[in-house]
Amino acid sequence: MKVRAQIGMVLNLDKCIGCHTCSVTCKNVWTTREGVEYAWFNNVETKPGIGYPKDWENQKRWNGGWTRTASGGLQPKQGGKWRILANIFANPDLPEIDDFYEPFDFDHDHLKSAPEMSAFPTARPRSKITGERMEKIEWGPNWEEILGGEFAKRSQDQNFEGIEKAIYGEYENTFMMYLPRLCEHCLNPACVASCPSGAIYKREDDGVVLIDQEKCRGWRMCVSGCPYKKIYYNWSSGKSEKCTLCYPRLESGQPTVCSETCVGRIRYLGVMLYDADKIAEAASVENEKQLYDAQLGVFLDPNDPEVIAAARAEGIPEDWIKGARNSPIWKMAMEWKIAFPLHPEYRTLPMVWYVPPLSPIQNAAAAGKIAAQDDMPDVRSLRIPVRYLANMLTAGDEAPVITALERMLAMRSYMRSKTVDGVINLGVAKRVGMTPGQIDEMYQLMAIANYEDRFVIPTTHRELVEDAYDLKGGCGFTDGNGCSSGSSGKTLFGQKKFRAPTEFLS
Amino acid sequence: MHHFIYGVLPYIAITIMVVGSAIRYDRDPFTWKSKSSQLLRKRGLVLGSILFHVGVLLILAGHIVGLLTPIALFDALGVPHGAKQLLAVVAGGIAGAMALTGGLILLARRFGDPRIRATSSFGDNLVILMLVGQLILGLGSIFPTLTHLDGSEMLKFMAWAQGIVYFQPGAADHLVDVHWIYKAHILLGLAIFFTFPFTRLVHMVSAPVRYLWRPGYQIVRTRKGAKEAPRGVGPARGR
Repeated sequence: MKVRAQIGMVLNLDKCIGCHTCSVTCKNVWTTREGVEYAWFNNVETKPGIGYPKDWENQKRWNGGWTRTASGGLQPKQGGKWRILANIFANPDLPEIDDFYEPFDFDHDHLKSAPEMSAFPTARPRSKITGERMEKIEWGPNWEEILGGEFAKRSQDQNFEGIEKAIYGEYENTFMMYLPRLCEHCLNPACVASCPSGAIYKREDDGVVLIDQEKCRGWRMCVSGCPYKKIYYNWSSGKSEKCTLCYPRLESGQPTVCSETCVGRIRYLGVMLYDADKIAEAASVENEKQLYDAQLGVFLDPNDPEVIAAARAEGIPEDWIKGARNSPIWKMAMEWKIAFPLHPEYRTLPMVWYVPPLSPIQNAAAAGKIAAQDDMPDVRSLRIPVRYLANMLTAGDEAPVITALERMLAMRSYMRSKTVDGVINLGVAKRVGMTPGQIDEMYQLMAIANYEDRFVIPTTHRELVEDAYDLKGGCGFTDGNGCSSGSSGKTLFGQKKFRAPTEFLS
Repeated sequence: MHHFIYGVLPYIAITIMVVGSAIRYDRDPFTWKSKSSQLLRKRGLVLGSILFHVGVLLILAGHIVGLLTPIALFDALGVPHGAKQLLAVVAGGIAGAMALTGGLILLARRFGDPRIRATSSFGDNLVILMLVGQLILGLGSIFPTLTHLDGSEMLKFMAWAQGIVYFQPGAADHLVDVHWIYKAHILLGLAIFFTFPFTRLVHMVSAPVRYLWRPGYQIVRTRKGAKEAPRGVGPARGR
C-alpha cells in the first residue's frame, strides 16, 4: 500500500444552471493572454452536443486516453513511445484551432470613433490570430448553448451510443443538461505519459497535474494524448498550458476560482487518499464497465486505522488525514455513491466527478400512466435517458446511475415528508439503502451546501517542501523569465518580456 | 579575407552557437521550444514537415560522417574516393531533394498562409529562408562535383573540416581554389551556426530521445528532501 493524497472535485450537475460564471472567472484569471484566447481551462457544454473542441468524446477520431493492449498492459491510444516519437514532426491526432474555434474580438472602438453615418455603427469581429476581419463567425466556445444548432449535428454526441436517438430530436422529447468541464487531474494521466520531454508531472502531495513551462518544448503530444482535450497549446509562447486546479489558492486552503465563484454552489473540493500501487491494475481492467468500480477500489478509507498508519508512514500531514475524513468527495463518491467519474472508459482514472442531474418526468408519468411510489417516479421515466448519463459517467453501466438518481429522488421525498408533513419516512430511506441520518447529511451537503462543507482543503505544508529562506525576495508566481522585468519590451529571442503586475499599475 | 572566413569565422560561429545556446538554456529556458504552428494550420504541415525534417536529419548525419571521418579509414576499408563521393552525391541528393521539397512547402506555408504569416517572428522567417537557401546551394554543388568524379575536391573539404576540428593552422588553405558554390554553401552554413542560439533552431538540441528509455509512463514530482511531517499540526479547515 502506497498512500497518496489528492484534491478531488465533485460537480453536482443537478444544480448547475449553466451560467458560465466558472468559465468566465477562470478565463479572467488564467487565459486572457495572447496565444490562449481560444483556451478555456474550464468550459460549460450543453449536452447533448458535440462539445468543445468539436467531437472531443470521439476517441476513434482523436485517439486520446489509454488503450488496453492484447497482453493486458496499457499504452496511450495514440501509440507507444516509438510511435509518439515517430509522429513528432507532424502529429496526426492534433486538433486544429478551428476545432476549438478561431478566437476573435470585436472592433469596439469603432462604436465611439465612427463618423456620423446614415447607418448605425457596428462592432464587427476581427481574428485574434491574424488581426484580419472575420466576415462570419462559424463556431465559438459555446456554440451549442441551450441546444443551439440543428439536432442532426448535435446528435453526433458520442453519449447517444446504444440509444435510439431520433425521438430526442422531437420537441416533446427533447432534453438537455449542462456539463462544466475542466482538467480531471487524473490518477493515470495520459498527458503525462505522452509528453516526450517529461515536462508534465503529477504532484505527489496534492495530485495536481502541472506542465513545467521551462521544460515544455512544444512537441504537443499531450494535446492529443488527453482524451478530455483539456491541454491547450499556446500558439504564442509555443508551450502547452492547462488547468492548474488553481494550485496557488489550494496551497493556502482556498477553493479554485471556478469553485469559489460558482453561484449554484455545485462544486465540492476535498482530499481523497488513494493507493498508488493499485493504479495500474485498476486502469487496465478488461471490461470497461468495471472501470468505475475498479477506481472505487483505489481509494482508501480515511477512517481505517491501517490506512491512517500507512498515511503517516508516507509522511502525509495530520491535517490532510483529518481533511480526508471530512472530505465531501469521499461522502459523495464512496459513502453515498452518487458521484461518478467522467468517461472512465478512457482509463485515466479521472478525479473530477459528477453527480448526475435529475430531470422532469416525461409526459406519460405526468398523466398518471407511470406509478410513483413515495412521490418517487421510476427514474427511467426521467427526461434524460439513463443510458445517456451512463454512457457519460460509467462506461454505459446503468445500474450505478439508477441507484444514484433514486437516492437523490429519495432525499427529496424524505425531506418533503419531514419538513412539510412532519413525518419521518423510513420506508423511502430503506428503499434506496440509506439511513435517515445519511439522508440528513446528504441534504445538508447537497441542498444547503455551506461553504465550509463544500470546501475542505487543508493547506499545503510548504515548510516540508522547501526552505523558506531561499524564497526571500522572490517574486512569487510569475510567467516565464523569472523575476526579470527587463528594460526593453523584447528579449534577445524575440519574445515579449514578462512584466510584473506592478509595472502595469505605474 | 579568405583566411578569416574559412579559418577564423568557423571558430567564432561555433563559439557563438555553443556558448549562446548554453546561456539561453540556462537563463531563458521558457523560450526553448520547437515553436510548432500545427495548431494554427495542419494543411501543408504534415507532408512538408516530415519530408523536411527527415531529409535534414539524413543530410546532417551525412555531413558529420562524411566530413569528419578520417580518409585513412576509408582507405583502410578499401573504399575508393570516387565511390565515397558517389555515395555522398546519391544519398545526399535524395535526402536533399526530400528536404528541399518539404522546405519549399513550409516556406510557402510560412509566407503564404495568413495565420502563419501573422504569427511568425523575424527569426522564424529568417530560419526557413536560410535553410531553404542552404539546401539549394547544397544541391547545386552537386553539379560542379560531377565534373571531377575522382573525389579530389571532396578530399579538400574533408581536410578543411578536420583541420578546423583539430585546430590545425592553415585549414583554410584547402579551400582556396574550390568552386564558388561550395564557398557560398559553407559561408551560409556558418551564418546558420550564428543564428542558432537566437532562433527556434535550438529545439534540435532537445530532441526527446530520452523518452524512449524513461522508466514507465508516469511522472510524479515527490516532495524532494521533504522533512518528516510533524505530528498533529494545525486543524483541518472547516468542521
